[in-house]
Amino acid sequence: MRKIGIEEIEDIALGAALLGSGGGGDPYVGKLIAMGAIQECGPVTLLSIDEVPDDAFVVPIAMMGAPTVLAEKALGGNEYKVLYDMVSQFYNRKIFAFMPIEAGGVNSMLPFAAAARLGLPLVDVDGMGRAFPELQMVTFTMAGVNATPMALTDEKGNSVIFRTITNKWTEELARAVTMSCGGSVSVSLFCTDGSIVKKYGVRDIITRSQKLGKAIRTVKEGSGVPEKNFLDASEGIKLFRGKITDVLREVRGGFNYGKALLEGIGEYKGRSAYTEFQNENLAAAVDEKILATTPDLICLVDTETFNPIPTDALKYGKRVLMIALKCFGAWRSPEGLELVGPRYFGYDIDYIPVELRVKGEA
Amino acid sequence: MYRLGIDVGGTNTDAVLIDKDLKVIAEVKLPTSSDIHGGISAAIQGILKKSKVDAKQITKAMLGTTQCTNAIVERKHLASIGVLRIAAPATLSLRPMVDWAADLKMIAAEVTIIGGGFEHDGKEIASFDEKAARAFFERCKARGIKSVAISGVFSTVREDHELEAGRLCHEVMGEDVYVSLSSKIGTMGLIERENAAILNAALYKVSNIFIDGFTDSLIEQGVANAAVYFSQNDGTLMSAETARKYPILTIACGPTNSIRGASYLSKVNDAIIIDVGGTTTDIGILHNGFPRESSVAVTIGGVRTNFRMPDVVSFGLGGGSIIREKDGAVSIGPDSVGYAITEKALVFGGDVLTATDIAVRLGYAKIGDPSLVTHIDKAIADKAMAGIVEMVEEHIDAMKMSNEDADVILVGGGSVLLPEHLAGVKRLIKPDHFAVANAIGSGIAKISGAYEKLVSYDETPREQALEIARKEAIETAVQGGAIPETVEIIDVEDIPLQYYPGNTCRVKIKAAGELA
Repeated sequence: MRKIGIEEIEDIALGAALLGSGGGGDPYVGKLIAMGAIQECGPVTLLSIDEVPDDAFVVPIAMMGAPTVLAEKALGGNEYKVLYDMVSQFYNRKIFAFMPIEAGGVNSMLPFAAAARLGLPLVDVDGMGRAFPELQMVTFTMAGVNATPMALTDEKGNSVIFRTITNKWTEELARAVTMSCGGSVSVSLFCTDGSIVKKYGVRDIITRSQKLGKAIRTVKEGSGVPEKNFLDASEGIKLFRGKITDVLREVRGGFNYGKALLEGIGEYKGRSAYTEFQNENLAAAVDEKILATTPDLICLVDTETFNPIPTDALKYGKRVLMIALKCFGAWRSPEGLELVGPRYFGYDIDYIPVELRVKGEA
Repeated sequence: MYRLGIDVGGTNTDAVLIDKDLKVIAEVKLPTSSDIHGGISAAIQGILKKSKVDAKQITKAMLGTTQCTNAIVERKHLASIGVLRIAAPATLSLRPMVDWAADLKMIAAEVTIIGGGFEHDGKEIASFDEKAARAFFERCKARGIKSVAISGVFSTVREDHELEAGRLCHEVMGEDVYVSLSSKIGTMGLIERENAAILNAALYKVSNIFIDGFTDSLIEQGVANAAVYFSQNDGTLMSAETARKYPILTIACGPTNSIRGASYLSKVNDAIIIDVGGTTTDIGILHNGFPRESSVAVTIGGVRTNFRMPDVVSFGLGGGSIIREKDGAVSIGPDSVGYAITEKALVFGGDVLTATDIAVRLGYAKIGDPSLVTHIDKAIADKAMAGIVEMVEEHIDAMKMSNEDADVILVGGGSVLLPEHLAGVKRLIKPDHFAVANAIGSGIAKISGAYEKLVSYDETPREQALEIARKEAIETAVQGGAIPETVEIIDVEDIPLQYYPGNTCRVKIKAAGELA
């Protein structure tokens, strides 16, 4: 058990931007909302997964909708109380703690606001260990946990709780309600037991975000080569260093698809690379040879500041370091790969862990 | 009939006199003084002396200044203000100025969030809470506040509630209160837009200081017949009256003036502009004769804002950059001897090795006494120059839109540093008067007029609506002093509002023309 205050939030947000793998939305507004809640209500108690009893009721908190709407129309602040009341009444269970469902991007921050405002602890766990574009892409799906009953509320006080027959229906219903409510809502879904969270959740992920954020923030303070310091601290696998020479983009079905082409600089001079993304980076290749794919994390960071670069900010001329982080172990199982492996995203290739792919190249 | 263009920068104050054919008659460069009044007076005096033009013949005077930036960064002369946000029940979880530094946050004496605001599609979140707004303005009035910032959720889609609050503010607090509406300043992103409105509101004393200082200097030097204008950061001018209301729009007008001045001097409309000063180099993009706008939020004095700003990168390279050599490795800056270059650089008899000394040693420039740098090892000088070139080339590349080589215009006093050839450059242009391009940019700037309204295309067909909008924007520019025949539309935008009745669009048009 430890306390999370304003300073920790800064680092967690920065680390969450890296775990966003280029997607997940800019954590900036989420960070301000979390900071505001902590300023008003005090620090958040963070529990390690081992401090959660097996029969405790743990409730994920997230936002759904367009991050651009959230950037204009922030939360009212009462949403989390509404979700708390709805969920605890519907299940007729006392909520033990909140948790994030997604560690990357804007959804890494909002659970802190919820926990601060309700005076509830937050569990150091999530259901992705990164960011993914679709609602069912969480480890709890492998555990057979249903996304619904799902609770949803807007800042005006409109709220619904619904059950669906499939996750596809969940996505469709939630999307329709979100649009009617003005494009951005607060949600609770995959509400579950402590035992399930322990078995299937991505353990210590908030602590990891904080460590990553601190590493980025302080990389130039240490002695030695900044790039090496960054890779050591993040346990990142260096794939390429280069300049973006072109970005091809397309919007399909509400998702941003694209490909960024890179030309090598420094020790990579004369070589080329690319990344492909659907909101998040999905595949990375060097000299046309695939070096990393989903569910491993592919991150582009600025070569000077090591700040992560979201896919919507990729543009000609940016100098980037392309790295990969190993994904949460369970994603590498057959069930995990069915949900978030390369074939799900339309690639006709097998998943090979990034550390093996990189070795094969050497 | 002459016009006077002045640019007050961090290191130098530049002034130019331009005749009716927009030809440069005289130019001066003086160190910037700590009080704006004295420095500008000296510059005007210098120009009058050099050109021997009768002060009464000057009919227009334009000023570009960094006073607002400095005021925010140094926390000087900022006024106590009221901050009203129209948004509840939305955004209550996110108070204004959450991440501001404590000393800057203190400028807000009264802060409140009241009911109102809109969804992204133009529907009301809640109706405007007039009672709460009135009570807020009463509180501000009782505290003697003279300036108020007003923001509203999605006010870039519909500004009705902001306008209503503005009217009410004047009704309660009086006509002489300054009202800053976020929708007039920033774009999408409530927090950044609200931040810009708050800073703008806090700057009213600063704007009065530089507006009155400039006007007084002109009168003092006998420039009694000149209309006064101020440079804003989109490359056009505003009247003193507008500058008093929207001083924040003067921020970053320096780089903009350089870009516009460079375009004018070289007769090129699309290029990369490199402005090398004493301490820093700014690289910007000239697109259709105007600076390309930045697409990311810009931080001023630690505050994130999103109003229109030129897309400029600055880095620590200038004529005064200090060069150091250690074990064969050569470093450049980022520190600089700045305005003390005429005492400290080797070519002026000083004892600090600067970028200027390297340029003189390699024969790129003839400044000061070249014999004072002949002792510098050629290999070291070459290494330093290679470093300078690499810095510039990398930044040029990062600013480009594509792989193709681009035209580059070099301006600013420090541009003598750079060689004739740079990688990625198609044509390298160094125009006459390059050292005072920013003052020229200020002097030749156009005057703009804008139109912005919600239009139902069901009631008024699109073509007809756009035609009305174009006419009104042009009319506004002409009223501001533009010659009708020279007015051009420089920006057209119509954004459809989904789900809003009557096929409604937000129409924004901007026109600009030569000053009469």
